[in-house]
Amino acid sequence: MLWHLEIRPAPGRPDLAGLRLAHEAADIGIAGPWHLAVSRGFLIEGPLGRDAVDRAARQVLVDPVVEAYAIHPGGDGQGGDRHGNGSGGAVVHVLPKAGVTDPEAESALGLLRDLGYEVVEVRTIRTYHIDGPAEERRRLIDRLLANEAVEQVIVGPLPFDHLGQGHDYDFRLVTIPIRSMDDRGLVEASRAGQLSLSLAEMKAIQAHFTALGRDPTDCELETLAQTWSEHCSHKTLKGRIEFEGRTIDNLLKQTIFEATRSLDLDWLVSVFSDNAGVVRFDDEFDVCFKVETHNHPSAIDPYGGSNTGIGGVIRDALGTGLGSRPICNTDVFCVAPTDMPPEQIPAGVLHPRRVLKGVVAGVRDYGNRMGIPTVNGALAVDPGYLANPLVFCGTVGVIPRGMAFKKVEPGDRIIAIGGRTGRDGIHGATFSSLELTSESESISGGAVQIGNAITEKMVQDVVIQARDRGLFHAITDCGAGGFSSAVGEMGEKLGAAVDLERAPLKYRGLSYTEIWISEAQERMVLAVPPESWPELRRLCEAEHVEATDLGEFVPTGRLTLRYHGEVVADLSMEFLHDGRPAVVRSATFTPMPAVPLEAPIKADYTGDLMALLGHWDVCSKEWIVRQYDHEVQGRTVVKPLVGIHDDGPGDASVILPVRGSNRGLAVSCGINPRYGRLDPYAMAACVIDEAIRNCVAVGADPGRIALLDNFCWGSTDRPETLGSLVLAARACHDLSLAYRAPFISGKDSLNNEYSHDGKSLAIPPTLLISAIGQVPDVRRCVTMDLKEPGNVLVIVGTTLDELGGSLWAHTLGMEGGAVPGVDPEAGAAIFRAIHEAICRGLIRSCHDLSEGGLAVALAEMAIAGGLGASASLRDVPCDDSAAKDGVLLFSESPSRFLLEVRPADYDALAALLGVIPMGRLGEVRGAAPGESPRLSIAGLDRIPVVDAPVPDLKDAWQRTLKW
Amino acid sequence: MSTPRAIVLRAPGTNCDEETVAAWQLAGADVETWHVGRLLEEPAGLDRFQILTIPGGFSYGDDLGAGRILATRLGHALGDSLHRFRDRGGLIAGICNGFQVLVRCGLLPGGAGEGRATLTNNDSGRFEARWVRLVPSPGLSPFIAFREPIELPVAHGEGKFLMADDAAVDGLDARGQIVLKYADDRGIPTRDYPDNPNGSAGAAAAVCDPTGRIFGLMPHPERHVRAIDHPRWTRHVGDLPKEGQGLQIFRGAVDALR
Repeated sequence: MLWHLEIRPAPGRPDLAGLRLAHEAADIGIAGPWHLAVSRGFLIEGPLGRDAVDRAARQVLVDPVVEAYAIHPGGDGQGGDRHGNGSGGAVVHVLPKAGVTDPEAESALGLLRDLGYEVVEVRTIRTYHIDGPAEERRRLIDRLLANEAVEQVIVGPLPFDHLGQGHDYDFRLVTIPIRSMDDRGLVEASRAGQLSLSLAEMKAIQAHFTALGRDPTDCELETLAQTWSEHCSHKTLKGRIEFEGRTIDNLLKQTIFEATRSLDLDWLVSVFSDNAGVVRFDDEFDVCFKVETHNHPSAIDPYGGSNTGIGGVIRDALGTGLGSRPICNTDVFCVAPTDMPPEQIPAGVLHPRRVLKGVVAGVRDYGNRMGIPTVNGALAVDPGYLANPLVFCGTVGVIPRGMAFKKVEPGDRIIAIGGRTGRDGIHGATFSSLELTSESESISGGAVQIGNAITEKMVQDVVIQARDRGLFHAITDCGAGGFSSAVGEMGEKLGAAVDLERAPLKYRGLSYTEIWISEAQERMVLAVPPESWPELRRLCEAEHVEATDLGEFVPTGRLTLRYHGEVVADLSMEFLHDGRPAVVRSATFTPMPAVPLEAPIKADYTGDLMALLGHWDVCSKEWIVRQYDHEVQGRTVVKPLVGIHDDGPGDASVILPVRGSNRGLAVSCGINPRYGRLDPYAMAACVIDEAIRNCVAVGADPGRIALLDNFCWGSTDRPETLGSLVLAARACHDLSLAYRAPFISGKDSLNNEYSHDGKSLAIPPTLLISAIGQVPDVRRCVTMDLKEPGNVLVIVGTTLDELGGSLWAHTLGMEGGAVPGVDPEAGAAIFRAIHEAICRGLIRSCHDLSEGGLAVALAEMAIAGGLGASASLRDVPCDDSAAKDGVLLFSESPSRFLLEVRPADYDALAALLGVIPMGRLGEVRGAAPGESPRLSIAGLDRIPVVDAPVPDLKDAWQRTLKW
Repeated sequence: MSTPRAIVLRAPGTNCDEETVAAWQLAGADVETWHVGRLLEEPAGLDRFQILTIPGGFSYGDDLGAGRILATRLGHALGDSLHRFRDRGGLIAGICNGFQVLVRCGLLPGGAGEGRATLTNNDSGRFEARWVRLVPSPGLSPFIAFREPIELPVAHGEGKFLMADDAAVDGLDARGQIVLKYADDRGIPTRDYPDNPNGSAGAAAAVCDPTGRIFGLMPHPERHVRAIDHPRWTRHVGDLPKEGQGLQIFRGAVDALR
């Protein structure tokens, strides 16, 4: 028997979900008016009667204080107009597609069974009772109510009377007759199998198997495709590149790794070798940091994509060394303008507003449930991200010293712990290495996974305890490629034998290959000495975590997979890991022709400042930040939101990795796609400078800042695109050396393009730099909000005429100009001096100058502090060519800071800064009696060029994202 | 003086156990963390403790409603033990998800004829993290033994305290069981967002049972045990306070048991 338990707000209680959806529909231009009544509910299958369902509803499934419910027999043909309001509206049911993870249903099933109910299967369901124009209903469903990549939509009565439980799988060994294929056949086999292997790679595989005298199984070919994918092997950046008449053998090795290697710093522990980079923190602990992208899945299902993005990077931290404890998360989103008219959105692409809401909710629900504070992030908005939104998620972990390394021993058991294996995310690794097309949404639905954060939290609880008891030799996460990459990587130096039928499955019917490459979430693989396995199993039982012995690491040099005793794959580890032909690509770069930018001369720039404050890149992100728990674990001592009303934009958050110690960790980032379009080298240099200066601004020691790179580029098959990446990588090398800030980990995501109607839309070259900086004593930290009237405002650093790619130029539609260049020698001296001044307690507040330059920085400090300020541009240290009001206000020259200093400390600060360019700009002002505080900036001729009440500035800054 | 012994109960999805343990230690208690599975196996283990805490998090993912599954499991197997624990003078505190658990298993507001309460979706319709100002009503509960308003963070999506009708909430208030109220910057209890972050009836942020010994609150006192936990400590002029305001709640319980 199948029952539908439909749960509604009790009479007299508002239907908040319905009201919100009607509002959203209006926002994204789906003509209404709509009246939407939303029910949650469950489909419950089992030999139980209506009275039992009624009891279960009252006992655990419904909140009787605020909810009412109805019980419908499934398949009764009803459901058209159950509430009998006779409106003739439609009823739409939305439920997860078969095989899609449904955590709440799993919980309901478990609890109902524990309570003695005879339940076989449960699925969650949402039901919408819709009144509104029938011709717009489909658009409403597609754009707002359901995501058909993962959900099934039923309009009208539910047409089934039981829930499918899948079919048994009949074993049949599949081989691919690769030996007899010509080139066209090889290309077609790669395409049809969604393998993303190039012809050269297919030929290498063909030659290998021809030499062996047999054809590969499907499972062997899939394993090679996963391991050789761009996602897993980074073959472009590690491949050979012909550039400007010279050959680069391995771009990453020659730029980013090379800088770290030659810096040879004694506080680096493990770099570029594990899931995350590890640095020394104090005498007892190391910290690790990893930032991942999850772009393509987020384009198709923003919620599921970012949800599993954060889940995946948390597992990276958990699988670093012998396991680190995650202590904070970061997130950065790049999307198209969210006010884009719906008719401009191409087929197969989700509206940017929906993308942003979805990705925020995905990170929120996973991070909050895991109990990891999300403390830092950014939002970059550019039309180039329309079809390829970018989602970056990062995790910092803390790990006891001496536990940063792992080594699999022969005879170790291969133990999988955590979630069960399903069809989720089949072909995720190869899919993420492909271009998206308008069909991607339909063909790649399987590539989208849904996470279950609590399963991962339980896995974390087990891993940390097992680590401390020494129960395993090695650990890694199941990420892209699933068991295939986890076991393949762990067994690389040794060999592994796996019995695939042992893997616990979510449902019946998975083939051996599906089990092997599934990207089902929340799974980790451990190498466990046989004598420790019983204790680990008991630990897992006590924590209600499933653990399974899948096989053994064996010193054969081979990866052998069996299914009920039949060998379904037998590959040499050497061929798997070293057999891929090197990728050879050519790169070119033609700098943009220098076009001077003539900045307009105005008498008053207040309106320009207002526009900048309201721009996406600058505006208040409070709507996002407040949805994240940024204080769970009780470590966050400088919050992402600072100031007198807890709503100012902090430069970096500071956390305490070790309870009881005052040594802190500052977490920050830098990103700027506008510069990327114009000058990739300058862009990379600027975002490195920005990430470092954000860290320094709160109190981090510039001598202890570690960096991460995330390159997101368009198709590197185009030499121009690859050329811009080469230049950005070179800037990483140069700036890392100059600032003595090592890169410790990184990740790239290439092919962020979308083809539609024969045209290709690529993202702007986007480099995210994430930084962790160490703070000797957090009690010296400073925030950016103005503190007390009468204090002195000081600008540090030189302003040049660098408006190319600036936000001011962008908002005015001005082209050309020079992208800011970094002078690392000057920058390094400034960073050291600022840090020294903070340590000596000379600075009351400190803010870095970035998008929107001096004017925006000063306005933000005033907004956050609820105080006014008066300043003069005559006191800004600048180059002669920059001596214009507009340039001084809005130029984005790097390595600059604005400081608030007590008058009594000014001389000490000036002495400390010495020859570093600085200017005594003005002072902090309170409000005149009965008035609001004002921000007033005098121009070079002493007449105010900006003058506005601070509340007006704040309103402009907050309005954009007040959702 | 003996040192009170506290047990912090951990379930799948609990995630504030460590900082809650740290807060009890700072307040002077001896603390152990137990997985709920262990307590279900040996309910007599409770006898060794005087304070039981159910910390924040998302027990069992908050599937089926915040705290619902843990409440059902606890109520099913341990309902009587928990009542006995209170009746012999033990103190029970539920923080955030723990408060939701205590409400859902009927221990709060507790007492005969109190009527049922719930903690439901915030009026804002979403999870929010922010700091709030709270005015105490000391007298009934040992956890609230201070008179000055305090500031603590909230971080929840389902924190709106409601009873079947507002008269029931008034009754609760009249009996002194609403022991912390969300207040505006003048210290006046309020139902207005954002000072009241969820729209709770009676501005209720913390509620106790008629004995005062069972206590639950949505804000997180364990996240304000040091002065530098406060979001505006960098604005402070002069020496920082010695400790965070949330620690008073833990100290109150420890002092009452000494």
